[in-house]
Amino acid sequence: MEDNLVFEYVVSREDFTRAGEASADVKKKLKALGVPSGVVRRVSIALYEGEINMVVHAYGGNITVEITSDKIIMLLKDKGPGIPDVEKAMQEGFSTASDSVRALGFGAGMGLPNMKKCSDRMDISTTIGVGTEIKMEVDL
Amino acid sequence: MTIKDLCDSGKFTVLNLADEERELGKIFCCDLLSIAMGKAPAGCVWVTVMANINTLAVASLADASAVVLAEGSRLDETALAKARQQDINVLATEEPVFDTGLLIKEMKDG
Ligand SMILES: Nc1ncnc2c1ncn2[C@@H]1O[C@H](COP(=O)(O)OP(=O)(O)OP(=O)(O)O)[C@@H](O)[C@H]1O
Ligand SMILES: [Mg+2]
Repeated sequence: MEDNLVFEYVVSREDFTRAGEASADVKKKLKALGVPSGVVRRVSIALYEGEINMVVHAYGGNITVEITSDKIIMLLKDKGPGIPDVEKAMQEGFSTASDSVRALGFGAGMGLPNMKKCSDRMDISTTIGVGTEIKMEVDL
Repeated sequence: MTIKDLCDSGKFTVLNLADEERELGKIFCCDLLSIAMGKAPAGCVWVTVMANINTLAVASLADASAVVLAEGSRLDETALAKARQQDINVLATEEPVFDTGLLIKEMKDG
């Protein structure tokens, strides 16, 4: 277990210019480690969508990425409003994105479905008024 | 067909040239980022009017061979810096999205 690589990132609130930095950095690291490109792509996409959601729907938070011998584990924790109806939020096309966020090209309601599709396991726990925690795993 | 061929056609303004030897894959047109993120195939030429820093983040993660900005869209300074830093080919044109995609397709098919 001690040999697992762990990377940590702070995602700051409303920082669109930096949003995507964690996923870009993880992509670079996985590539350098020789992880197969299909896995790199799925991890990068899943992480990017989660990272953006932490900024546009919540007030930022923390991301931890752990690489074990057989999988990549991503843990995204945000402080924010929480998700009132997770099942609804998971549906393709459902979005509460504001007009200003939509103007940037977000709001298709495809982020969570993309995350689900790209990961082998995904688990959401959320508390209204406190925040959301999403765990995703991609098998190597 | 490579990025260089696109640049040499004289039909586009080159905003950032990162890898001119890169082969052009499928042509993909879409302005909504998470649809592009989920559907854009690796190596695609991504035609869009959405020109901001998030477009470049998606282009990089989806591993597009180039972003082609249509309808006269341009990158601001921050976004251009990101394109340079992430080595993303970015071209631009005044033409609409469909015409741009069609033009590239015709050039590709010879
Ligand atoms: N971290 C989060 N905190 C609070 N609400 C969230 C969070 N992530 C997602 N949501 C809610 O779930 C909805 C669906 O999210 P999803 O990522 O699928 O779409 P989107 O972010 O609205 O648009 P897109 O990702 O396609 O740009 C959001 O509109 C929002 O209401
Ligand atoms: Mg989203």
